Amino acid sequence: MKKSVFLGTLAASALLAGYASSATLDDVKARGELICGVNTGLVGFAAPDANGNWQGFDVAICKAVAAAVLGDASKVKYVPTTGETRFTALASGEIDMLARNTTWTFSRDADLKFTFTGVNYYDGQGFMVKKDLGVSSAKELDGATVCIQTGTTTELNLADFFKVNNMSYQPVAIQTNAEGEQQYLAGACDAYTTDASGLAATRAVFADPENHVILPEIISKEPLGPLVRHGDDQWADINRWVLNALIAAEEFGVTSANVEELSKGTDNPEVNRILGSEGDLGAMIGLDKEWAKRAIAASGNYGEIFAATIGESTPIGLARGLNAQWTQGGLLYTPPFR
Amino acid sequence: MAIASETPKETFRLGMLVYDTRYRSLTIQVVVMLLAMAGAWWLYDNLMANLRVLDKEPSFSFLWNRAGYDINQTLIPYTNDDTHFRAMLVGLVNTILVAVLGCIAATVIGIIVGVLRLSKNWLVARLMTVYVEGFRNVPVLLWILVIFAVFTEITPQPRDFRVTDEMIAAGEEPVASKILFDSVAVTNRGTFVPKAVYERSLGEIQIGFLPISLNTVAILAVIVGSILGYRAIKKHATAVQEATGVRPKTLWKSLLVSFGPIILLLFALGFHLEIPTLGGFNFTGGILVSNALMALWLGLTLYTAAFIAEIVRAGILAISKGQTEASYALGIRPGRTMSLVILPQALRVIIPPLISQYLNLTKNSSLAIAVSYMDLRGTLGGITLNQTGRELECMLILMLIYLALSLLISSGMNVYNNAVKLKER
Repeated sequence: MKKSVFLGTLAASALLAGYASSATLDDVKARGELICGVNTGLVGFAAPDANGNWQGFDVAICKAVAAAVLGDASKVKYVPTTGETRFTALASGEIDMLARNTTWTFSRDADLKFTFTGVNYYDGQGFMVKKDLGVSSAKELDGATVCIQTGTTTELNLADFFKVNNMSYQPVAIQTNAEGEQQYLAGACDAYTTDASGLAATRAVFADPENHVILPEIISKEPLGPLVRHGDDQWADINRWVLNALIAAEEFGVTSANVEELSKGTDNPEVNRILGSEGDLGAMIGLDKEWAKRAIAASGNYGEIFAATIGESTPIGLARGLNAQWTQGGLLYTPPFR
Repeated sequence: MAIASETPKETFRLGMLVYDTRYRSLTIQVVVMLLAMAGAWWLYDNLMANLRVLDKEPSFSFLWNRAGYDINQTLIPYTNDDTHFRAMLVGLVNTILVAVLGCIAATVIGIIVGVLRLSKNWLVARLMTVYVEGFRNVPVLLWILVIFAVFTEITPQPRDFRVTDEMIAAGEEPVASKILFDSVAVTNRGTFVPKAVYERSLGEIQIGFLPISLNTVAILAVIVGSILGYRAIKKHATAVQEATGVRPKTLWKSLLVSFGPIILLLFALGFHLEIPTLGGFNFTGGILVSNALMALWLGLTLYTAAFIAEIVRAGILAISKGQTEASYALGIRPGRTMSLVILPQALRVIIPPLISQYLNLTKNSSLAIAVSYMDLRGTLGGITLNQTGRELECMLILMLIYLALSLLISSGMNVYNNAVKLKER
């Protein structure tokens, strides 16, 4: 399968010489559809629901961008990508943006030539084990067989963690989360490791979530965020500020319920600038005045999206933790809209 | 007056390149060749131009960077501090391992099934037909996945082997126990088999990247020596028999030559078996033959063997029935007729298509990624490619290696083919 992706890349790059440098915004508008790379299926972050519609935390980012650019949050084509195929898909122009719990690292930014447009989830790598294994700390995993998604940063963190703690392990490299789940449940591996949020999402769909524990150790920093190709700064700006608008909307109390009313004008000039009733920030990134209003209306502000997809009231049950607003002791802090 | 009409001097005109049949085919070939080269250049130039646009100049220096990831089956020493190049070699060795094991097993099964399919026994022949049609008409990936799923789902977990004090007190048996005199543990992660260890080592030598234990070398040398000795005894016995008409008794002599030296050597080296024991999460000690390897090997073997069976059947049917009848007329039994008369002749027909099957098996081994077996495709074409983002370079190396491997196999098999083919004078 990998080979076909690669050949597709070759063919695409051969046919569309010079395509990479042209404006993605124009392409998306001409196509009338945003092509967004997402996870192959991680409940809460990106997974099709019972009706086949994609839902989730990352999917909401795609919807917000589509709403801002095209005026319709439903005009998104979701391309499921694995940990392995995602970067090739983005680099080749097969997708316009990637919103697939992808860790922002130096080499991905600089060497793979991508631009991360922000962080939508501050995460860290953890371990999940079966409760009856009697393990309460990751430091007790010496000699264990560990399932791990290949092509991810977690693979390298895992090697480092076991090396630092002078322990040995047997890695089992798996391709997708579904495959990992199956191997873990069959007992082919003692522990399953990925981002803590991914573990919570995976555990939520087990028949017996209470029999599995996520160990307390978080062994790495995993700032997850959407990303685009290098070389199209306008498109990167759009993605960056759509995400910032969602975060700022929560900070200023703009929700999907009151956005229509607030867009008529408020006494907070920053809210007015975001929603377009004052100044014309949209024109600076090639969009109209109401881009942010549509983005917020699509699935709500950051807090609403979080609560609806992965928050404590959902089966995944993640607390806001680091992902709270800076005013609430979290790390979410947007630059000013000015 | 002899005016010989001079033959008109051949002058070469440009038009002759098209209208003269002597030159036309050459012209066409040159033109097509130039077009093909131009096309290849256009593709190459386009690729390079696009890579420049993406700021990704091809470079192979990543091969010497630290790999940083672990591999679960390493036949040559490897840690995550080694380079990507070393990881590639680990993968290559794993690929070669499964290809060699697969080719051997597929040949054996294929020949047996191919012969049995021609059996006069109705049941045996039909069973073999079912096997052949069942395996060769289903994609090999599905067979690999099914076999892997069976191994993973129905075999016990390592902790099912655990015997606790409470269980002894209650007189309970553990859910699973080791087989073959308590030495082999079949688990859902793999089969743990005893490992040969030596108390005294003769040391190691380093050949390229591969450290080779001199113990292994010594044992191999002694085995080869024993075989040669055994043959010499046989030869001598035959010579004596031909000279005197009485075959000397060689049983004790050949037993001594066959097994004496190796037993002595193993004893001298302090040979013993390390039995896997349950410790912590997994068995420790012994060798782990992972289920991924087993599933891949079995899947590739059974699938390819079905094709080889058909090739063998075709080869046998290609030998005239008269050969069998002549052999029977000489009083040779059916089994020996097959092995001494029919098969050696059938080999001439069998070998060339067999080469293709070996190549197929080797290339199909890249399906290993489906069961997390870390072959060349899993290391260089999988993790290394992803961690470094060097798709083009990794794929080029991968293609070159598979090409080299395939050419190596087919040239080796061609040598064998030349050895068995009909000697014509």
